[in-house]
Amino acid sequence: MAKLFAIVMAVITLVSVWIFVAHTWWFPTVASEHGVDMDHQFKETFIAAGFAFLVSQLGLATFVWKYADRGDNRKIRIFPGGARWLIILSLIFVGSEVFALEFVGQKVWSAMYFKKAPQDSLRVQVLGGQFAFYFRYPGPDNKFAPIHVDKIDEGTQNYFGLDKSSDEEAKDDVVTASLAVPINRPVELLLEAKDVGHAFYVRELRIQQDLVPGMEIAVHFLPTRLGKFEVVCTQLCGLGHYNMRAYVEVMTQENFDKWLADQVSQQ
Amino acid sequence: MASKEVVASGVDASGGIWGGGVRPFGVPSKKLGMWLFVISDALTFSVVIFAYGYLRLAAADWPRPFLFVPSIVNASVMTFVLMTSSVTMVYAVRSAQLGLRKASVWWLCATVLCGVIFDVLHLREWAGLIKEGVRPLQNPWGTPMFGSAFFSLTGLHMLHVTIGIIYLLAVAAMFGSSKATADDVEVSGLYWHFVDLVWMFIFPLVYLLSAHR
Amino acid sequence: MSDGVTPVVHHAHAPTSFIRRYVFSLDHKVIGQQYYMLALFSVFIGMLLSWLVRIHLVWAKFPIPLISHLSPNGAPGGVITPEYYLSLLTLHGTLMVFFVLTTAPQSGFGNYILPIQIGAEDMAFPTLNMLSFWTTFVALVVLVSTFFVKDGPPISGWTAYPPLSAIGGDAGPGLSLGQDLWAISIALFCIGSLMGALNFIVTTLDMRCRGMLLSRMPLSTWGWLITAVLALLSFAVLFAACILLILDRNAGTSFFIPGGLIVSEKIQPHSGGSPLLWQHLFWFFGHPEVYIAIVPGWGIISQILPVFARKPILGYKVILGCLGSIAGLSFMVWGHHMFVSGMSPYSGFLFSVPTLIITLPATIMTLLWLGTVWGGKLRLTTSMLFALAFISVFVTGGLGGMFLAQPSLDIYLHATYFVVGHFHMVMGVAAIFAMLAGTYFWYPKMFGRMLNETLGKIHFWITFVGVYAIFMPMHFLGLAGNVRRYSEFTDDFLQPLIPVHKFITVCALAVGATQFIFLFNVFWSMLKGEKAPDNPWDATSLEWSIPSPPPFDNFDGKHPVVYRGPNEYGTPSGEKDFEMQATPPAEIQRRTI
Repeated sequence: MAKLFAIVMAVITLVSVWIFVAHTWWFPTVASEHGVDMDHQFKETFIAAGFAFLVSQLGLATFVWKYADRGDNRKIRIFPGGARWLIILSLIFVGSEVFALEFVGQKVWSAMYFKKAPQDSLRVQVLGGQFAFYFRYPGPDNKFAPIHVDKIDEGTQNYFGLDKSSDEEAKDDVVTASLAVPINRPVELLLEAKDVGHAFYVRELRIQQDLVPGMEIAVHFLPTRLGKFEVVCTQLCGLGHYNMRAYVEVMTQENFDKWLADQVSQQ
Repeated sequence: MASKEVVASGVDASGGIWGGGVRPFGVPSKKLGMWLFVISDALTFSVVIFAYGYLRLAAADWPRPFLFVPSIVNASVMTFVLMTSSVTMVYAVRSAQLGLRKASVWWLCATVLCGVIFDVLHLREWAGLIKEGVRPLQNPWGTPMFGSAFFSLTGLHMLHVTIGIIYLLAVAAMFGSSKATADDVEVSGLYWHFVDLVWMFIFPLVYLLSAHR
Repeated sequence: MSDGVTPVVHHAHAPTSFIRRYVFSLDHKVIGQQYYMLALFSVFIGMLLSWLVRIHLVWAKFPIPLISHLSPNGAPGGVITPEYYLSLLTLHGTLMVFFVLTTAPQSGFGNYILPIQIGAEDMAFPTLNMLSFWTTFVALVVLVSTFFVKDGPPISGWTAYPPLSAIGGDAGPGLSLGQDLWAISIALFCIGSLMGALNFIVTTLDMRCRGMLLSRMPLSTWGWLITAVLALLSFAVLFAACILLILDRNAGTSFFIPGGLIVSEKIQPHSGGSPLLWQHLFWFFGHPEVYIAIVPGWGIISQILPVFARKPILGYKVILGCLGSIAGLSFMVWGHHMFVSGMSPYSGFLFSVPTLIITLPATIMTLLWLGTVWGGKLRLTTSMLFALAFISVFVTGGLGGMFLAQPSLDIYLHATYFVVGHFHMVMGVAAIFAMLAGTYFWYPKMFGRMLNETLGKIHFWITFVGVYAIFMPMHFLGLAGNVRRYSEFTDDFLQPLIPVHKFITVCALAVGATQFIFLFNVFWSMLKGEKAPDNPWDATSLEWSIPSPPPFDNFDGKHPVVYRGPNEYGTPSGEKDFEMQATPPAEIQRRTI
């Protein structure tokens, strides 16, 4: 029984570690600037966690095998020094890990949230509602017209409740069903929710943020890789939650300008 | 591992009041139980007070409708009545402990009377506000949430006062007919003082902070 | 007139009527078994729901027999609709977290064993104890009734975030009466828990027998005491939050609903509230809640390991310090569920500090358990196997927490299967393993019969390997970006991950089926199991000094006296390698002469 326990544990441990190391199922390739730092922090955490995992699981397996009662007259042994060395070991290992991960690793968090978006960011407003995302570009005036809740009408595709007749800023606002951004230019997203809580998640860009009704929340990022990525909702919002998605396409500046002009003509 | 001396020598005399076989706080278990209930109820009230504070801070124009006359005066009278009820409660407990059954029952009734007066004044105030148009989601003066927050917080407190009234009447009846002990009176006093204490937070937070400028 | 010193004697004689003995019993042992059976019932329903959820994820079109009778709207022709999927998921979470993990470890085992372990006849307030069980029972009935209401059970998850949960039927199916009943059920559950917590604390402080210093209490008793303190403080908060939710839904208030919402093309009449307020209140309860689920387990494991390693627990006082500090820290970390919620990012940073600091006492405890195993003479009974496996799965689950505690990483991992894998590993596996270890350990005492060890070992091996097979892959899925709470995977991105889901589903069905072996063992052994001696495991704590099953008043009218702590293992005196807590020193001297 003891041997079986040890072997099973060793197999489970080694197989699990192998799957992590071999990247059998892994992150999609990163597409943003802060994402690179995030991946680096992941790697550090994997190393620390992996080490702790291996040591503790294989340690347990070894101890069970070695110390099972085999019917002999072996005396029990108390761990030398009692609890003292284990406490010291914990303090050193956990203390240094906590320090490293918490403080040194705050780079990503502070880059995203403590620093404001650069002045020249492309600003796009994102509106989440049951069960779709809509986007609004501010147009040349770089201003977003106010949302008139009573004017929101899915039927006429007035998703943002714009009043083009009375709001000057509304005239050049561009509303789209998908998001496009130019590569290597900072983007600031202004996230809002229309009805219940939603969230905005793009794996490749390594961004995720809840959309909270009643709040406008800003996130910013710098896309660094061309491609078309899924935007999915991750906050339970009702029966269509699983299907609530849009796409973000990172394009060259040239293609982006073409795309935007195309969208303007469709308004 | 315990040393051989303790294994051999028997009960550790240094256990003292924590050594088992005695109640460490030296009070009947019911009283300790009521203290624990009070702690948890304090947390329940804290939630509603926190919600009130959170919403008030987040609101653009929180109403300040309480004119000195009649609102602040009324609330002050309510505060005074409740504080008086705590004094009568103290006398009720003391009489019970001295074995003066009849006196204790009278003091308990006096406490109940104060509680009833509090409730009546409170309900009158509610009626007045409702007549002026305050509802959970609207009022004539400012942020719609004012009504919800006000009625919820004061309503929860009023519920506790009312439950206290029933509780004290039951204790009075039972103590009067010797079915309850002085300990039971003391335990009910603990509850009553707690309810009074909560009002001491509600009065400034809700009334004084929203006194009309 | 009580003098505050002499313990009060409760029962002069055992009740005789059926109702008083088995239904409205005041006996903590019966109440403990009632809670345990309630949890056992709930866990099998919860497991069934998880099967439905897993089957739907990978074989969505497969018509599941009988379910269309339960809910013609939710599963027409046996095919589960997206909204019904969410209902099943919500009820799974609610049942498991509240009616399994908050009842069995604390109210089940605690009620039965704690009074005996401290040398008391019963709890301090037996009537309150009975009321707390029946309140919990009514709460369960109300929750299960949501299956039978017209609009179905709620779909907002066990976390019930507003506005979705607060707006009502406009936001979709499953959000009308079902959601109200859910809130009422949980509010009732809070009341039951609060009553129980109060009882546990007073009992442990006031009812200990002579010589039972706090420092001589078994660690399982400490686990129950600390959990009771957590429960007293946190359930009070959830109770108020549920009341506010009910008010928002029915009284026109707007604690959690901001203005300007358009739901199903209707402008909502609410305004002024904040969805984040609910999240703060809920998680202020929610985080201590998960410790309520595991702390009794830590206590039970710390109790069981020494028995089967035949040596004292390493660092009794240190473990106590760890339990206490984790309990205290658990009130400071709730925001780590809300890193991307829209709350201030500075708060996010502040919450992550104590969250990571909790790693320290958790690591110390794990090393102390390993240090207890080291150098022992391990008797690998089923109970011990589950206790050892507990260490393994707790480490695995806890390490997942190391990732999630960092806000930077949580940006990516939040709401993915990584989180699902993490919390299942710590709650759905580790806490359950502690319960199973406790069951195999205390069953002989409770029922006077031994559980069948062969069946137990089969149960153990399949379950141990199986839970890793189910929940380890979820971590991989999370890293790959698999979002949770999706009723189907309709997008291209997630298609390559479906084979992993199929593997998980098959394993879940197999492990689930294995639990019926355990269920069979529990009930069969009550009638046909080998008769149990007083102390089948050679353990030291007080429950092993009385008959199996115990007499009505536990100690047969005597007041036990305790002379030492529960850790006297490996201290040979005469033929025994252990010394029980209540053995008088004179008897030891007699034996060693």
